[in-house]
Amino acid sequence: MTTLMMSEDETMLQDAARGFLDGAAPVSHLRGLRDAGETHDANLWGEMAAMGWTGVLVPEDAGGSDMGHAAAGILAQEMGKTLVTSPFLSTAVIAATALRQVATDRSKAALGQIAEGKVIYALAIDEGHKHDPDATALQAVADGNGFKLTGSKGFVVDGANADRVLVLARAEAGLTLFDLPADRDGITRTANAMIDARDAAAVDFADVEATGDDVVGTVGDAMTVLQPALNAGQAALAAEMAGLAAGAFGMTVGYLKERKQFGIEIGRFQALQHRAAHLWCETEVTASAVRNAGRVLDEDIDNATMAVSLAKARATDTAKLAVIEGVQMHGGIGMTDAFDMGFYMKRARVAAEWLGDYGYHAERVAAARGF
Amino acid sequence: MTDTDLGAFRTETRAWLEANCPTEMRDGIRDEETICWGGRNWQFTSDAQKTWLEVMAAKGWTVPTWPVEYGGAGLDRAHDKVLQEELDAIGARWPLQSFGIWMLGPALLAFGSHEQKLQYLPPIARGEVRWCQGYSEPGAGSDLASVQTKAASDGDHYVVNGQKVWTSYADKADCIFALVRTDPDAKKHLGISFLLIDMDTAGVSTKPIRLISGSSPFCETFFDDVRVPKSNVVGTEHRGWDVAKHLLTHEREMISGGGAGLLGTRSLGAVLAEHDGGMDAITRAEALQCEVDQLAIGLTLERYKDQAETGGGVGDASAMLKYEGTELNKRRHELLMSAGGADALEWEGTHAGLAADWLRTKANSIEGGTSEVMLSIISRRILGLPG
Repeated sequence: MTTLMMSEDETMLQDAARGFLDGAAPVSHLRGLRDAGETHDANLWGEMAAMGWTGVLVPEDAGGSDMGHAAAGILAQEMGKTLVTSPFLSTAVIAATALRQVATDRSKAALGQIAEGKVIYALAIDEGHKHDPDATALQAVADGNGFKLTGSKGFVVDGANADRVLVLARAEAGLTLFDLPADRDGITRTANAMIDARDAAAVDFADVEATGDDVVGTVGDAMTVLQPALNAGQAALAAEMAGLAAGAFGMTVGYLKERKQFGIEIGRFQALQHRAAHLWCETEVTASAVRNAGRVLDEDIDNATMAVSLAKARATDTAKLAVIEGVQMHGGIGMTDAFDMGFYMKRARVAAEWLGDYGYHAERVAAARGF
Repeated sequence: MTDTDLGAFRTETRAWLEANCPTEMRDGIRDEETICWGGRNWQFTSDAQKTWLEVMAAKGWTVPTWPVEYGGAGLDRAHDKVLQEELDAIGARWPLQSFGIWMLGPALLAFGSHEQKLQYLPPIARGEVRWCQGYSEPGAGSDLASVQTKAASDGDHYVVNGQKVWTSYADKADCIFALVRTDPDAKKHLGISFLLIDMDTAGVSTKPIRLISGSSPFCETFFDDVRVPKSNVVGTEHRGWDVAKHLLTHEREMISGGGAGLLGTRSLGAVLAEHDGGMDAITRAEALQCEVDQLAIGLTLERYKDQAETGGGVGDASAMLKYEGTELNKRRHELLMSAGGADALEWEGTHAGLAADWLRTKANSIEGGTSEVMLSIISRRILGLPG
């Protein structure tokens, strides 16, 4: 019987991840990168690869640890707790899941590179200010034996640091996914300074040549490959947000116990106790939806949309509440840049938008539930 | 246990239900009207209802997870889940529901002596004795431990005097499990005992309470020099609060299930779609959020049931399940009223019932401990915030 409780193996993975990240990437790590004007730590990425994290969704015969989506969710959740900055979701979750949908030597080699931590992927999908794959306008015009790609992508997460880009384009036959080196002629990348101090780029394509080999899956049928990858990415992002909420919540409850006003700990005030208790309830409910998404993806990735969207919707909602309450209950210090809560609030807002916001995912749940 | 075991159990169960569940009991209706509560004075609504109770009780399936010697079938959660799925699959009505099954049984299993279990549990499982719960008093609501109903020692008996309120079905029950004060000098949590009282004893009387939702199962229950054997104390004398807390955990889980289970597994969207005219944008958006939350809360109930099965119990987290489930249920019924419009306002007639249900949900976040009490429990016992 599938259970939503954690297995012993999962608890061990979680403990190991927490132990490593507390030392290697506490929130001060992100702060350090931001203050130095950087968005990537190659050493940290290398250590993640050495522990098998980058290969968490790479098949064993391609050199991965293939631990599955529930395990990827546990890693993402622990990263979320301390706002760990890495291309884990773009590369190890989204690109790996897309590439493993096709059985070619080229994809197998790419998966091996992901497992080894030797390549960073970015998914170039959205063109407007909201997530909407169907609205893809970037053109892939047939040219000889290949294509020429022209158009613009925005909010390409990890796009500036990426070695390769998975780009969704509209060919005559329909939506098509290409796997291109990020430095191919005609590709221009512009790093955008985002509120969460992480890498998101605008990527322009001007007559970029792509061969048939660059197509992932079938021309005109991108979604067979991309849908599982998006589901996997959305579930892992939900897990990251659940972790983010837990991290912000932990800081807040700790503060309620130590901060004194009117001569007593502010955690003695029922007005704050009940808000903290409500927030904890919400994190528990969201944790179930996140765990469920990982389980469903591992069982049947092609029928996971409702479970995944439920998790992303709930996690978006709960993370928002956790950071709003986090700042409010900390009071003035919560508004200062010197304190970490602001980092949580900013990341929560970016993660809320990436790969579909609350409304996008709630609508997908609605469609599955007969609304 | 292997999947093969479970598969075989499913096959056997399906065949047995096919052979033994009367056709009339397969209409999928599980509402107040069709519930079989059992008890000394129970009037079966049909022969089929009687047969269904008898065959299920003989199988131990009115209380599938209780030990066999106490009237159950000794099923673990995995097998119980299979049984429930097979019952759902044929739309079987519940053979028996009662506070004995939901509340007293679990408390006796945890705190009762072997003799008490043998005496009280099998009649509950067979639907022969109907129990009610005597907890709240006019002066003891959220502050439940301040119960004043007195049980004075008199040889091998107590003499009980006092009043209980919000006693569901007290006018129909055969027996009551009640919190009574056996040591008036002890601190308030330490002088309480958990006492079993036969409602037929001289000096017990009841009076129904009418609610904003109309007639209700709630009663006031009065004790006037009621003599009760001391052997009817469950657990240790004066330590009834421990039993009460354990039992409240079960009650909270039961009430929280209402949020996810009241309308079965149907989506709010599907239910609302039955009201013609469709939904305006704001109602639809609220319904959507409600649906998202309902699904996630349902998963949370599952997760905690699994945890309870492994022996960890649910413990104080039942306060979270109760809080989330009941607040959700109130939201759902606000939406149903909104979708029903003027039709839903009818007190009598075609649409009667909707408004009564809506009003009744307002009690969900009061009974079994208010939402505010739940949040205080979480704050102190789970978050460790200073009291």
